[in-house]
Amino acid sequence: MIGLLSTGYGFWNPIVWLVVIAAALIVSFIILKAGRKDYSKDTEQVKPYLSGNDEPSASDTHVRGGNLYYGFTRALKGYYDKLIPLHTGILNDYIAWFLIGLVIIFVVVILI
Amino acid sequence: MSVILDNLPALLIAVPLFGAFLTPLFGRFLPKVRTPWAIFAVLASAAVAITTAIRVLISGPIVYVFGAGASAPAVLDSAGIPIRIIFTIDAFGAFMLLSAAIVSVAVMLYLAASQKRRSGKSAFYTLYLLLTAGIFGMVSTGDLFNFFVFLEINSLAAAALVSYHRKGGIAVEGAIKYAVVNTIGGLMVLAGIGLLYSQYDTLNMALIASQIAPNPVTITALVLFLAALAMKAGSVPFHFATPDAYSVAPSGVTALMIVASQAGLYGIFRILFTVYNGVFNTVTVGWVVIILGVLSMVIGVTMALPQKDVKRLLAYHAVSQTGYMLLGVGVALCVLHDAAALSAYGTTAMEGGLFHIFNHAMYKGLLFLAVGAVIYRTGVWSINKMGGLGHNMKWTMIFFLIGALAIAGIPPFNGFASKLMIYESTFAFNPVLAIIAMVVSILTLASFMKVFHSLFLGPKQPEYAEVKEAPKPMIAGMIILTVFVVVLGIFPDLFVNAVISPAADALLNSGTYLSAVLGGGL
Repeated sequence: MIGLLSTGYGFWNPIVWLVVIAAALIVSFIILKAGRKDYSKDTEQVKPYLSGNDEPSASDTHVRGGNLYYGFTRALKGYYDKLIPLHTGILNDYIAWFLIGLVIIFVVVILI
Repeated sequence: MSVILDNLPALLIAVPLFGAFLTPLFGRFLPKVRTPWAIFAVLASAAVAITTAIRVLISGPIVYVFGAGASAPAVLDSAGIPIRIIFTIDAFGAFMLLSAAIVSVAVMLYLAASQKRRSGKSAFYTLYLLLTAGIFGMVSTGDLFNFFVFLEINSLAAAALVSYHRKGGIAVEGAIKYAVVNTIGGLMVLAGIGLLYSQYDTLNMALIASQIAPNPVTITALVLFLAALAMKAGSVPFHFATPDAYSVAPSGVTALMIVASQAGLYGIFRILFTVYNGVFNTVTVGWVVIILGVLSMVIGVTMALPQKDVKRLLAYHAVSQTGYMLLGVGVALCVLHDAAALSAYGTTAMEGGLFHIFNHAMYKGLLFLAVGAVIYRTGVWSINKMGGLGHNMKWTMIFFLIGALAIAGIPPFNGFASKLMIYESTFAFNPVLAIIAMVVSILTLASFMKVFHSLFLGPKQPEYAEVKEAPKPMIAGMIILTVFVVVLGIFPDLFVNAVISPAADALLNSGTYLSAVLGGGL
């Protein structure tokens, strides 16, 4: 069967997956079309109501990339505090890491 | 026609080199012809590579002896020193040729537009063609010293290309770091070659493979090859120069540098499986490869998450994805001498790792081209300063999203198929490794959703109101890679059966390679 990828312990068939996704999209489209008909794009209807305040400008409302995953990096602060300083940008350090890695691999391969 | 077909391996190098050497002449005397000539040269080189690959996949390995007739022996005893320059292209080399050819064409079309207003195009296209020749040579040669020469061509051309077009010296700094680190790696490879030559009086890979035995000298050479080529591939802890170079290089160049670094992976796998032929402690070395892979996956993705420079972020993801390839092939190496385990999951792990090499070249190339198109139009690298570009660059946004979903291993794109093979086979070997791989995929998805949101979503930003869609040649380059990302995702079995399985088989059964060169053994 075309599209059937055997992985040794199971299989993956993207064509079946696509058929299921297509069916889900059709159902979603039907639900969408069953919605209210009096919605009008580009009118007052689509403007957010902010307790009577003016809508902020586009540049003020966009969440910038630097604001995302703050919690993740904050939670792993100890890890990042050690990892990021290792990336010094200094060429001598890069060579030192190469030598360290080379020696470790050499010792492991020779001894084990 | 038969002359061309009979000499395809020589043309693999001759065509891009001929194109490279004529490009400055066109630039000097017929500047309008320079870019079309460079495109033609890359198309011709890719056509030779693809034809060679198809011939190998249909008819078996090609052994080509430079300067010798068809009936001449591949290994000639010349006063006791068997030296001949030969190309040996088996299914693994053919697989790498396909990847390099496709990406080189897509990137060249892209560069035709992205470099249009730039200076120094003659040298730029010359270096691009030299980089292509370096990659083709690395994955085709059957001679260790040739391999070193093409490795150097690859590294130096790439370093020179990195130095283009970023003001303030930052590109030159990235290029110097890349050049120094790769030159040291190249010297380590040369030292390893010297050690093997001192033992076996030959540079022919097959001839060395037929005689090699584990001793302190050959094992030292093995470690030198492994560390130096892992650095070329951008594996942790040898990865430091990779993000520095990738983040400042022209985006099209970075896409081809992905394939250039994968030629380093080719070198590792060719040396471990073919030249050394499994005569070392495969479990120990396999675990070394696995640990390099796990470190690359975890450190690569966690370093990507806090990045603000979009290209640096992509570069760390390139490091992370290299880990998957090392993990898959490392598992296969660990069980190389355990026939039951190799049959149960080792071969699938190998196929998954190799499939991921090809997939990564396609989707990461696509991501660099899409991000390069954004930078081309906005002149901004920081994700903190972008937003709402999906309103103006709809096609670029779609291509980026496809690439992002593919790298995160979301079905039905190609990244999912190869990652699934790696997950399942690795789980059978060691469940912890599979869990780490899956967690890294989740973090990859998180990271790319951040980038997608930061670049393309949100309201239209006033400062980007005039931004237009990328030029058509750049879109064409992205379309080529997108087609492979989607088609290989929907029909992974066709590609695995036709290309990946033969490539994995070529590595796991090195006897085919050896007998092709040695004619059944010395």
